[in-house]
Amino acid sequence: MNRYTIYSCAATVLLGGAAQASDIGDPEHGAEVWKECAACHEVGPGAHNNVGPNLNGIYGRRAASVDGFAYSASMDRAGSDGLTWTLETLEVYIHNPKSLVTGTNMNFGGIKDAQDRADLLAYMRSFSDNPADIPEAEPTALADPWEVPADILALVGDPEYGEYLSSECTTCHQTTGDYDGIPAIIEWPEEDFVLAMHHYKNKLRPHPVMQMMASRLSNEEIAALAAYFGSLTYE
Amino acid sequence: MTLNRRHFLRTAAVASAASLGASRTWGAGHGKPKVVIVGGGAGGATAARYIAKDSKGEVDVTLVEPTRTYYTCFFSNLYIGGFRSIESIGHTYGKLAAEYGINVVHDWAVGVDRDAKTVTLAGGSVLNYDKLILSPGIDFVDGAVAGWDVTSQNAMPHAYKAGSQSQLLKAQIESMPQGGTFAMVAPPNPYRCPPGPYERVSMVAHYLKENNPTAKIIVADPKPKFSKMALFQEGWANHYDGMIDWIGPDFGGGDVSVNADSMEVTIDGEVTKVDACNVIPAMKAGRICELAGITEGNWAPVSGHTMESRVDPNIHVLGDATNQGDMPKSGFSANSQAKVAAMAVRGALTGSKVFPAKFSNTCWSLIETEDGIKVGASYQATDEKIAKVDGFISATGESAELRAQTYEESVGWYAGITSDMFG
Ligand SMILES: Cc1cc2nc3c(=O)[nH]c(=O)nc-3n(C[C@H](O)[C@H](O)[C@H](O)COP(=O)(O)OP(=O)(O)OC[C@H]3O[C@@H](n4cnc5c(N)ncnc54)[C@H](O)[C@@H]3O)c2cc1C
Repeated sequence: MNRYTIYSCAATVLLGGAAQASDIGDPEHGAEVWKECAACHEVGPGAHNNVGPNLNGIYGRRAASVDGFAYSASMDRAGSDGLTWTLETLEVYIHNPKSLVTGTNMNFGGIKDAQDRADLLAYMRSFSDNPADIPEAEPTALADPWEVPADILALVGDPEYGEYLSSECTTCHQTTGDYDGIPAIIEWPEEDFVLAMHHYKNKLRPHPVMQMMASRLSNEEIAALAAYFGSLTYE
Repeated sequence: MTLNRRHFLRTAAVASAASLGASRTWGAGHGKPKVVIVGGGAGGATAARYIAKDSKGEVDVTLVEPTRTYYTCFFSNLYIGGFRSIESIGHTYGKLAAEYGINVVHDWAVGVDRDAKTVTLAGGSVLNYDKLILSPGIDFVDGAVAGWDVTSQNAMPHAYKAGSQSQLLKAQIESMPQGGTFAMVAPPNPYRCPPGPYERVSMVAHYLKENNPTAKIIVADPKPKFSKMALFQEGWANHYDGMIDWIGPDFGGGDVSVNADSMEVTIDGEVTKVDACNVIPAMKAGRICELAGITEGNWAPVSGHTMESRVDPNIHVLGDATNQGDMPKSGFSANSQAKVAAMAVRGALTGSKVFPAKFSNTCWSLIETEDGIKVGASYQATDEKIAKVDGFISATGESAELRAQTYEESVGWYAGITSDMFG
């Protein structure tokens, strides 16, 4: 198993080295999509931090690591936990920012069209020097590994079952939503909650405790927990 | 003694409506099923709260706990290090009584009659039970450290039950002369909180570094390896260079005797005069388990599916007192096991649904200000034991940001688990 992993990683790097932005998507169309981002972000020669950090060299960069930019606590936390911007994590983030970094300051609903995301990522890719983090992917490979299938998202969670299951969560997360060092998980939109848990399962969201907890939950259990915690409100 | 009837009255109507369903499992004429829980700590308080909360008045829950304020062992090391006040680790049972309708009885259980299904209290009352849950924590093995017995615990505190023992140990460390010596006699496996002694060494070192920087710490340890060893040793080298002398069994750390009158510790034949001494003897299940006749060796064996005693199906045992398999003896584990037992007990008494048992644990430790580490795992029940499924541990050389965040997380966990226990 370990051997196998090592070999396959090496292959990834080799192929990655040869990848071009155009393998991801169409950077020219990406430049159009970028206009949605440009209200807050700058990229390219002379880019500065604006409402959001400048995005030069984003690929391969640790989250929350641009000097002089004040990130949300949530983004800082994700960065220290090991979140690194790769094609995959960026796509997840652009698709639904809060599903990857719950308390992000980026108030953006996300880009739901896979082609638009791919094109945007190709455009942004042209401002990153280091190709090591670009996998070999053809554009079609982008959507697959992380995207939570529609039938799973469509599951209707049973909040009562969720309440029962929640006892595993409430050793750390308080049902009142109080924050004392462990994030509050009540009142989240159910979809964000479900996506977040699947991102832990797929190890896209960093954090060893949550990856471990999520790895044992079935799709139905995740839906039930989302329904239960979504139904709790701040007093 | 707090016998709260208010909640009982409020929920009586609900209960009688529901008792139709319950009577299928429960013979008529028996009244409400009764659960008695001995020990209001991490396991017992959680079990009481969950049974009361989830059975919505269908089960009569009595919690027997001698102390009115429970001081958590978790974070008691942080108290010794000066990171927490003693008040901040004390918890009372008011909410469990008032909001959950639990009969909280402040007394000691001194006997269990398993045939009659009764528990006798020191005050003389006798409680009937249908299901008994024992979560009494630990007691010490007699004669485990030569020269030490419970009468020495004022001169050489164990501080392994929190509260006055923790205060005593802290005061003794604070009154050490400049350049004095603090000794710890570490316990053999298995014992409560595997990283606990080493977090304590770190907290003592933190205090001494600020207040008594030429003082020395000696740790005599019968174990060649301990929990998070590489992480602690890295931290000790980084923060407390030269202060801590850890003596493992290869150097006689397992061959120790103490003299509480002369304040001497003898390690491998060599006598050292010390100024403060923390003796943490070998442990066993809280004595009531032995009195109930459900122990084998030092611990109470249980089934991992339900936390039911392997000796008596009407008794469930939780937390440190158990022999269950792979879970460490921690507050997190006791809390996790309590929920499994609560579900099983409710299922047996009211016919409510029982799902497969799942367990998890994470233990955070603090090495120095903002330098937190953690270790954890998930578990499942097999017929033989509670078996580890998956785990993680902090890495050496982690960034200061991550360590600070891990510490912050532990503070959050503390707030979470204590409100999960006490409401
Ligand atoms: C220094 C230290 C640090 C620790 N740090 C952590 C940590 O960071 N994280 C963690 O998860 N765990 C930690 N632990 C471990 C944790 O405290 C225990 O594992 C946990 O408390 C076990 O729960 P329990 O219910 O088995 O026993 P306890 O919590 O000890 O509760 C037992 C209760 O039963 C009562 N009792 C005993 N006998 C009787 C009787 N005959 N009648 C009535 N009542 C009785 C006692 O008064 C006590 O209140 C630490 C322990 C120590 C000593």
